Amino acid sequence: MSPTNRTVVVTGIGATTPLGGDAASTWEGLLAGRSGVRPLEQEWAADQAVRIAAQIAVEPGEVIPRPQARRLDRSAQFALIAAKEAWADAGFTDKAGEDPSVDPDRLGTVIASGIGGVTTLLDQYDVLKEKGVRRVSPHTVPMLMPNGPSANVGLAVGARAGVHTPVSACASGAEAIGYAIEMIRTGRADVVVAGGTEAAIHPLPIAAFGNMMAMSKNNDDPEGASRPYDVARDGFVLGEGAGVVVLESAEHAAARGARVYAEAVGQGISADAHDIVQPEPEGRGISHALQNLLDSTDLDPAEIMHVNAHATSTPAGDVAELKALRKVFGDEADHFAVSATKSMTGHLLGGAGGVESVAAVLALYHRLAPPTINVENLDPEAEAAADIVRGEPRKLPVEGRIAALNDSFGFGGHNVVLAFRTV
Amino acid sequence: MAATQEEIVEGLAEIVNEIAGIPTEDVQLDKSFTDDLDVDSLSMVEVVVAAEERFDVKIPDDDVKNLKTVGDATAYILKHQA
Repeated sequence: MSPTNRTVVVTGIGATTPLGGDAASTWEGLLAGRSGVRPLEQEWAADQAVRIAAQIAVEPGEVIPRPQARRLDRSAQFALIAAKEAWADAGFTDKAGEDPSVDPDRLGTVIASGIGGVTTLLDQYDVLKEKGVRRVSPHTVPMLMPNGPSANVGLAVGARAGVHTPVSACASGAEAIGYAIEMIRTGRADVVVAGGTEAAIHPLPIAAFGNMMAMSKNNDDPEGASRPYDVARDGFVLGEGAGVVVLESAEHAAARGARVYAEAVGQGISADAHDIVQPEPEGRGISHALQNLLDSTDLDPAEIMHVNAHATSTPAGDVAELKALRKVFGDEADHFAVSATKSMTGHLLGGAGGVESVAAVLALYHRLAPPTINVENLDPEAEAAADIVRGEPRKLPVEGRIAALNDSFGFGGHNVVLAFRTV
Repeated sequence: MAATQEEIVEGLAEIVNEIAGIPTEDVQLDKSFTDDLDVDSLSMVEVVVAAEERFDVKIPDDDVKNLKTVGDATAYILKHQA
């Protein structure tokens, strides 16, 4: 391999999600088909049209010491928890430099969020109005800035090769991982901590998404509300949390004897140029992203056995994605076991690409695709286009190299497809 | 009624504990906020605002830079409290 086309591998994973406080418990929840969606018990939820969400399973205050937690937005807290897990999982014992197996000048972070420190911004505005200027926290700016999670993770691991935050709404987490793959592939870094985080369960975002008619109002059946591909799907359920991976050049991982979960093959990116929020109904932008993935990597469609779909449980979006997969891959799409894990985690917005990359990597590592839950009446258009894993996990082929895709799309018409494969 | 020196140190200790997580018994007159108590410049603003509220005193920004130790802050509050 030339120095500008290096192989990238995943050597660490971490997550904190509505299903569990780490990657292992999240994975267990996904395989068990457990919903993380619950009623919102907060007082402010009473007069909301949407009164359900997938809230974090383990409150970050139980993990992060209080003096540190009070200076971090909730989205940064999630990111830090997931990143520390991934960092330790990759076998690093201390921050870069202190642990001699990673050079700080060759370490980066790319952690994204869709909305950034929205709860800090809104809570501090309440403080300003209710208690006055003097009481606004001096930590407000570093807490609300969208690059806060990436910067805080960068400080924690000692990253000096670059700390980045691509923002593309619900594609942010995936775009972050794609950016990180490029940093390593092109030689800017040897190790990058990458993923997505989101903490937007607050009355304002819930009111706003609710008024867009984007969210499920199935308040009477929280666990059944996120139902991708089901004929009765009526919108997404907001989730919160973070998913982070440690990406590393294959040479660097081999030199330190690291365990490799999977190869991060590459990314395909496109934009719809169709509408600020509506998906292009035929999935043309998604097809373009998938084609870009094939054109820019040596991914063999015959090896793709699993897709962790974007599938947020919206009427238009779920099917458009499947049509695009069918259009680009033709008969090869017959052997894609398609899972919509948002049926369990809810939609983590900018965190989704991080958590779902962790899920896709684990699906390859264990050769097991998690199920899609709540599909009682499969939409005929979805059935015609794809093989949806429903109810139970699906075993993936135990022999040979297999690959998985993780799709993420965001308001603004952003399309990001990531590909991973076994090593 | 104005707070005594002992009450002020006790109050500052609770504030520093809340903000920086330092045990209250470690907050003594001779301790430096930045060097001994993990209170950086942003957190010092929080300490000052909390102290202003607790002891009914105004501490202008220009005076904050002179409050290096718990003793400095205690003396300032003793002198300026309403």
